[in-house]
Amino acid sequence: MSTLEIRDLHVDVETPDGPKKILRGVDLTVKSGETHALMGPNGSGKSTLAYAIAGHPKYAVTSGEVLLDGENLLEMSVDERARAGMFLAMQYPVEVPGVTVSNFLRTAKTAIDGKAPALRHWVSDVRGTMENLRMDPTFAERNVNEGFSGGEKKRHEILQMELLQPKFAVLDETDSGLDVDALRVVSEGVNRVKGNTDVGVLLITHYTRILRYITPDYVHVFVNGQVAEEGGPELAERLEAEGYDRFLTPA
Amino acid sequence: MSTTTTQDTGLTTDHAQATADDAHSHGLAPEGSRADRATSFALADFDVPNGREEVWRFSPMNRLQGLMAGALTGTAPQVEVTADEGVRVEHVDRSDDRLGKAGAPGDRISAVAWESFAEGLLVTIPAEHVAGRETTLTVRGSGEEPAAQHITIIAEHHSEAVVVLDHRGSAQLAQTVEIHVADGASLRVVSVQDWDSGAVHASSHRAVVGRDATLKHVVVTLGGDVVRLTPEAAFAATGGSVEMNGLYFADSGQHQEHRLFVDHAVPNCTSRVTYKGALQGDDARSVWIGDVLIRKAAEGTDTYELNRNLVLTDGARADSVPNLEIETGEIEGAGHASATGRFDDDQLFYLRSRGIPEAAARRLVVRGFFAEMITKIGVPAVEERLLAAIDAELDAVLGDLADTEDVSQERRVIEAIESGEAQG
Repeated sequence: MSTLEIRDLHVDVETPDGPKKILRGVDLTVKSGETHALMGPNGSGKSTLAYAIAGHPKYAVTSGEVLLDGENLLEMSVDERARAGMFLAMQYPVEVPGVTVSNFLRTAKTAIDGKAPALRHWVSDVRGTMENLRMDPTFAERNVNEGFSGGEKKRHEILQMELLQPKFAVLDETDSGLDVDALRVVSEGVNRVKGNTDVGVLLITHYTRILRYITPDYVHVFVNGQVAEEGGPELAERLEAEGYDRFLTPA
Repeated sequence: MSTTTTQDTGLTTDHAQATADDAHSHGLAPEGSRADRATSFALADFDVPNGREEVWRFSPMNRLQGLMAGALTGTAPQVEVTADEGVRVEHVDRSDDRLGKAGAPGDRISAVAWESFAEGLLVTIPAEHVAGRETTLTVRGSGEEPAAQHITIIAEHHSEAVVVLDHRGSAQLAQTVEIHVADGASLRVVSVQDWDSGAVHASSHRAVVGRDATLKHVVVTLGGDVVRLTPEAAFAATGGSVEMNGLYFADSGQHQEHRLFVDHAVPNCTSRVTYKGALQGDDARSVWIGDVLIRKAAEGTDTYELNRNLVLTDGARADSVPNLEIETGEIEGAGHASATGRFDDDQLFYLRSRGIPEAAARRLVVRGFFAEMITKIGVPAVEERLLAAIDAELDAVLGDLADTEDVSQERRVIEAIESGEAQG
């Protein structure tokens, strides 16, 4: 049983005009096995939260903490956080020319586990997981994210989540750019990991449609760099009906 | 003016599919068109340069001094030959009339090289012979006295062969490599510059490509103090194809210069030039000049040249100058691209966010940068050596990393995933 605690987190983003305040005191706790949906309008800082947890160099934490089972993630390097059990499925996965998916996945698995996976099991794991995500086996020899369609990039992110088996996964707008079929395939992948492991999920989304496939235990509404309201799945339904307008009215 | 000189600032040019109609001039050198540049077998026709000349303006003149002054008298490096059966290797007198048929020297050191050698090494792939294995000439330098060397490779009509020039040891060497690819022949020449530190190597590769012939020319430059190569290819008849690929890795203090010239003088020929380099350390320096001339008669030409540089640390400098001159509008395509940049932070972040430590992530990115080029070398022993060399270069700055794997292992895993059969 693990706990991810975000406490009073303040984050600036680096811009050409100097640092800009984005997160203004975020408090959020996710436990193993739980799924939290973080919903909010564009520009509310949802992705900043995802990147700050992962340690992207463009985001500077000015105060607050992020604890994984009491350990301060913010003191760890990007790769140390991943090895501690964190995973970020990115909204815009990055192309890495000349590095094959196969090599990338095995290097990551070796780094996370601290030892190279046994080849026989690894090959069947990769193949089976790709099959479940309706990915052609020839994907293995393609270069990471190079020439991938939007849907292929997201499947590839979830493929990594399934193979790396993190303690906590932050899914940043994983539903964006997906058609209904791809959304279902990707959601099934997330649900398989939830079924097979005790992963805690922080699912960041603007729209509620992915929540029809992945049921959240908790919903947090994120506005202006803070959590504005919290509730159960019924809160998502209300947002579906009403939109974010009532949160955006100036006080 | 599309000539670019890029320092480590991430500048880019891309004139993909530029044509003569696109009224942009291409790197007009002080001497004007590449077509007008003087060539000569006579040393006296080339003054000792002062370093401001177009062909020398990027070169470290003081370090090349020993090869400039006049005829060289040092002993040429030993050449060990491992040849395919059927390939003839001869030592011939400089008066042999098969030498000197691939064009004349175009700069002072090339003229010195021609003037100075006593005996040339002649490699002949007989007509229609298909070589079963590569022919390797290991050039082993063992002296500091400036010397000259002459090598001529003749691929007779409809022959197929791979010839590897492997430069090791230490030398001060002015070299000529003549390459003839006769009608219908297919020749791959791989020149590896893996000198010990301190070596100075200037080499003029002059290739003539016949009707429907194919030349694949590969340069791998790793070692030495100064390496300055000027590979040139000229089409002698229609239907020829030239691919010139290069990889280089410049460390602190090294100067690696590659000046290419592809001369499209006849119709319907194709050329592709792709050079990629990485640089690290103080005063690591690379220069890439890519001249392509499409003469008036060369209708139906298809050419593209590309240079990319990855600057791994501060203090390194890459210059990249693509020059495309087009004298006819009747071409299939002509383009060039040049880019010099640093490590992409987003790539490193992506890899590290999957638990891959920084050093390993950098290694993946650099290997990936070179990957496409490495597989084009086509000589497995050279490919493996190159990967090992890249790893060793990176170890020097990143610290040794356990568990680096060879390419064949990766290939096996991919095949297993695709076939659904896991081996061992």
